[in-house]
Order: sequence, then structure tokens, then C-alpha cells
Amino acid sequence: MAKEGIDIATVDAVRGLESEKYTAGFSTDIEQEFAPKGLNEDTVRFISAKKEEPQWLLDWRLDAFARWKTMIEPTWAMVRYPQIDYQDATYYAAPKNAAKYKSLDEVDPEILETYKKLGIPLREQETLLGVEGAPRVAVDAVFDSVSVLTTFKKELAAVGVIFCSISEAVREHPELVRKYLGTVVPTTDNFFATLNSAIFSDGSFVYVPPGVRCPMELSTYFRMNAQGSGQFERTLIIVDKGAYVSYLEGCTAPMRDENQLHAAVVELVAMEDAEIKYSTVQNWWPGDCDGKGGVYNFVTKRGDCRGARSKISWTQVETGSAITWKYPSCILRGDHSSGEFYSIAITNGRQQADTGTKMIHLGRNTKSRIISKGISAGRAQNTYRGLVSIHPKAANARNFTQCDSLLIGDRCGAHTSPYVEARNASAKLEHEATTTKLSQDQLFYMRQRGIPEEEAVALLVNGFVRDVLQQLPMEFAVEAQKLVAVSLEGSVG
Amino acid sequence: MLAIDNLHVTVDGADILKGLTLAVPAGEVHAIMGPNGAGKSTLSYALTGREGYEASKGSVMLDGVDLLIMSPEARAAKGVFLSFQYPLEIPGVPTMTFLKAALNAQAKARGDADVSATEILKRVRARAQELRISPEMLKRPLNVGFSGGEKKRMEILQMMVLQPRLAILDETDSGLDIDALRIVADGVNALRSPDRAMLVITHYQRLLDYIAPDKVHVLVAGRIVDTGGPELALALEKDGYDKYLAAA
Repeated sequence: MAKEGIDIATVDAVRGLESEKYTAGFSTDIEQEFAPKGLNEDTVRFISAKKEEPQWLLDWRLDAFARWKTMIEPTWAMVRYPQIDYQDATYYAAPKNAAKYKSLDEVDPEILETYKKLGIPLREQETLLGVEGAPRVAVDAVFDSVSVLTTFKKELAAVGVIFCSISEAVREHPELVRKYLGTVVPTTDNFFATLNSAIFSDGSFVYVPPGVRCPMELSTYFRMNAQGSGQFERTLIIVDKGAYVSYLEGCTAPMRDENQLHAAVVELVAMEDAEIKYSTVQNWWPGDCDGKGGVYNFVTKRGDCRGARSKISWTQVETGSAITWKYPSCILRGDHSSGEFYSIAITNGRQQADTGTKMIHLGRNTKSRIISKGISAGRAQNTYRGLVSIHPKAANARNFTQCDSLLIGDRCGAHTSPYVEARNASAKLEHEATTTKLSQDQLFYMRQRGIPEEEAVALLVNGFVRDVLQQLPMEFAVEAQKLVAVSLEGSVG
Repeated sequence: MLAIDNLHVTVDGADILKGLTLAVPAGEVHAIMGPNGAGKSTLSYALTGREGYEASKGSVMLDGVDLLIMSPEARAAKGVFLSFQYPLEIPGVPTMTFLKAALNAQAKARGDADVSATEILKRVRARAQELRISPEMLKRPLNVGFSGGEKKRMEILQMMVLQPRLAILDETDSGLDIDALRIVADGVNALRSPDRAMLVITHYQRLLDYIAPDKVHVLVAGRIVDTGGPELALALEKDGYDKYLAAA
């Protein structure tokens, strides 16, 4: 796509702001099946039983739950929020009879209506509806907690790619799930990941067999729907020797008054010469202008470059959520493996984001690259927190880090906390950081040249995030561009 | 073409312009000279619609249209251009992209068709060469890390490309060495046209050696207190503003 196209898309999106507001702010009325409110061992058993899980997985969950009860919620991130009452939430909600859909015609029309109203997954909708000429993006739509639609399964199956909900994977491919689940993010990892391990509801599972280049981009739209139900996805992606996959994750959430807890875990495993590209566009409800409501997003995402010459690349566009706590990381275990992290984090209103990455260099000749673009507007606080760790055996490790912050207005904050640990003298580490303030003077200058204010902001912001947007797959780039503009609504003046 | 009548502007509670009256016919270049604090920059901001520089009284008409009720971008589309005394840095936006956005935004506001990318490229490159701006510089974000002289040349480049009806040059000579001054002056002179009015705001006579004005106005304490030909600028250079200040 031409850069110009992206610019125009943003400008158009900015123009549409007044009428648009937060189009994802609605709630669909579908019969829900709830787990009893509260969190105890019975909740874990309820979820596991609902999903007809094998004993080993129930034991795995219970073990995690026992561990979680001994853990303390972390407080080191630069985010402030009221104490979460974990007993005052519902931990499982599923559309009734979800597994019985055989074709799209049978899907509750309200579900399809929801996709329509979201406006965002337009192409995905066409794909879902099987419109001729629609882009071939396979969608595993997570409607609340249970996957109800999976397309293109057959075509993927022909090349041996498994793409399904993790519940289905537990049933159909238990050996794979059992072998890899929790090997990247162990059940003991951190407070939120451990919680997820105990009560995860659903998520996606991908397996790409050796030597296979996945013929299409795999895409999941997560969408929280049930009032008061936190959502705990679990995603596991395994890419075998010499294989490749590009995975897209996008999400929006309906407006609501109470805070929604979200604690997902994503585990990626890349074997020898394998490559995984994982892209996220996150647009959950950020709360109203006073910061009320909004999603609390505590996510653990980690990729393991297990084999030599493997590569994992994270690209994220984070525009939503009231609180973001997220550090997609790479464990560079295989020699000559490489990890990348490209991030755009936008906070407006009263949003708080503490996000970054960890690059753990274990193998020799490992490389990592971090490009982080943080934008703060309104009264938001945006923190980049990153760790580059070079272990003693990681000879000739290289890292390049660039952290840029853009401040819009004078009531927001940008913070950078880059940590570096080098325990091998052959490491080469580079770090660059800039902070730019977008001022009224700059806007006046641009307006004096005839460029209207919203277009001026879009131009400046696009220029700022361009190198990261270029990392996104084509299908996502325009959407992300639009989100960037929409999320900066009302940031000027 | 430009008619300013009894213009009053208050900035942060202080009366800066106190009944300024001035007319610049099409095809003429007028200089406005005055001591520090006379209201020179306030005049340029009031004409371009900067927030905080609204007129409390008086009128500003361009080609018979009231400028004061228009937004800055609408005034720009009408043909008002300001060469800033301190041009702003626009990070992440290459000069070429910026000019394209400006040209097309103005065209759109006037109801004209977009200018084609090729046409813009051609226009910008030719003008840049005249101003000795390298093609490399056009690819860089506008004004970011540029020297004072480079920024001023970029202002003139923008003016040449945007072809305004009314060009206001605010202290364009400040921060320029003699070579840069000559290049800038050549650029300004090349833009003289029967369809265009120019207002050159300056503290010193220096620039007027290169840009010969049709008229020179003396701005002191928010009013035009004297008007004459180019010889007035020379007299000011010699005698200073004391006699006007004493009278004010």
C-alpha cells in the first residue's frame, strides 16, 4: 500500500470523528451461560467440566489456581487503578449451544449483527460470509469465551495447518497441547498468567507442520461481551522446523460502566528456521472522558525462539483499554535466532499504558530489535518498559532499541524505563530515545499553510508512527491507521 | 487589495494594536518598520488568525472579503501566507509531503481539483533549486534540525510553491548571513507580481536594500505613524525611532 493511501485513510477517519465516536460501544443481547460469580476451586472445576476437559488439564488448572492463591498482584507498573475484587466477577460466559453451528446461516443473527456494528472487520465479515473475492484471511472468531466460527479450516488442513479454538485442540490434538502448553509461559510465571492458567476460557491454537508456509494470514477477533465477565484467552502457536505463519489479532469491546478484567496469555514456539509474525490491533473500550469504565488489560505474551535461526516478530498497535500492562517478549534460545518488537501505544483521556518488551538473549549470535512509539494525549500516562538481557553464553548478541515518545498537550506524561543486563562482553547494544511535544504553535503553523487542524494532527502522528505501521500486514495497516486517528479524538485544544 | 481599518488587538490583556490603518494595493510591496514591541509580530498573527490575537475592533478586508471571521486555514486558502519569524519544526513530515498536504488542502477549500503529485514535484524541485535547497533536504522532515538560514529559505520555498495573494514576511532577514539574505531576497523579488501584495515586516533597513519597497510604513506603539517611500527606511536607519517614540 502506498503511504499516501494510509495518510488519506487517516485523514478521512479523523473527519469522521464527530459522528463516529466509539462505535464499538454497545452490548449484544444473547443468552449467556454463566459460571457462578466468584473465584474458587469450584469455578475452575466448572469451567473445566463445561469444556469436557481431560483430567490432566483439570489438574494443571488446579495446580495453577493453588499457586495463584499464594501470589500477590504486582504493583511495579506505572498504572493506578482501584483494587480488583476477584470474587466479584464471572469467569465463564458462553453463547448457548455454541458448538452446534454447522454453517453461517445457523449463527445467531445477533452475532453477525455485532460484527457488522463493529465496522472494523469489514473484510473479515465478507470472508465470514463467504463473499466471492473476499480476502483469504482465516478467522477464528472468539465471541466472548467460546469460538463459534472457524473458516477455511479445510484449506488449512490440506497443508496440515491446524487452526482452531484451544478447547477443540484439547479434544482433537491433546498430545500437541499437552506437549507445549505452559512451556513458554509457565503456570508459575506471574500473577495474571497464573490466574489465566487456572481459569482460561478459550482462545486460539495454531500448529504449522515442518516446512509449511501457512497459505494465508490467520486472524482472530476477540470480543468481550458478557456484562461483568472478565475474559481469559489462552493462545498457543507452534511453528515447526522451517515453517512460517503470520497471525493477526484484533479486538474491540462494548462500552460498559464497570471495569472489565482481561488477562490473556499468548505462547509462541518457533522451532529451527521457523518464523512467526504476530500482529495485534487492540481497541478495547478505554473508559469515558473521566476515566470511568474501560478494560483492564493484563496480558502475558511471550515467544520462544527454540530452534536455531528461528525468528519471532511482535507488532502491536495499542489504542484501547483503560489500563494496559503488556510486554510481548522473545526468548532467544536458538543460536542465530532473532526477535523483533514494533509497538505503537496510544493513550488519550485518562488511559494508562505500561508496555514494552523483553528480549532474553540465551543463544549465540542472537539479534533483537525494538522500535517503540508511544503517544500520549489528554491526561494519559504512557510508559515504555523494556528489558534487554544478554546471558553469559550469548556470545555476539546484538540489540537495537529505539524509543520515541510524542506528547500532545501539556497534561499527559511519557516515561521510559529501559533496562539492560549484559553478562557477555561481546554484546553490542544500541539505544536511541526521543521525546517530541506536539504544540499549538506547530498546529498553527500548519493551519497557516491551509492544513485543517485534524489533518495536521493526523500528518504529524502518521509521520511519527510510520516505521511501525509499515510492519503490519496490508489487511491491518489501514485499520490500524484508522484506529490511530480515532483514538486521538479530542486530543487537541 | 488588502485594507486594514482601525485595527485593535489585545494580547494577554495588553493593548498592542491601537487603531492601525493600512492599505496595500495589488502589485505593491510595502515595508513595515518599527522598534521592538511596536506590534509588528502581533500584526502578522492578527492577519493570519492566530489564537489569542483576535481583533477587538476594526476590520481587515482582502479582496473585499472579511478575513477576521475566517479560520487560519480558510485565510490560507484565500491566499494569505506568513513567512514566520521563527519557523516551526514539523517532525516526521517530509517537506514534500507537507507541501502536498498544504497545496491540496487549499485546493480543496477553494473547490479546485487536487494538484497532481508529478506537478507538485516539478514545481517544488524547480523552486528549491533557485533557493539552493538540495533534493536531500526536501526528503527530510520540515525544518527539523535545520539551521536558521535553512528554515528561512524553506519559508520562501513554501511561499513560492503556494503562490499566495498576500504574502507577509515577518523579520525574514533575522538570523541570515549576507549570502542567505541575497538568496531569500531574490526569491521574494521573483514573486513580485501585479496579482500579489506583499507586506515585509522588518526591524532593519538591511533587507530593504535587496527588496525595494514601494512604500515604507512606520509602526510605533500599535499605530502607523508615518508613511513614505524607500528613502524613509534610510532615514530610520540613520536616525532611529526616537522622534516617533517621543511623540507616542
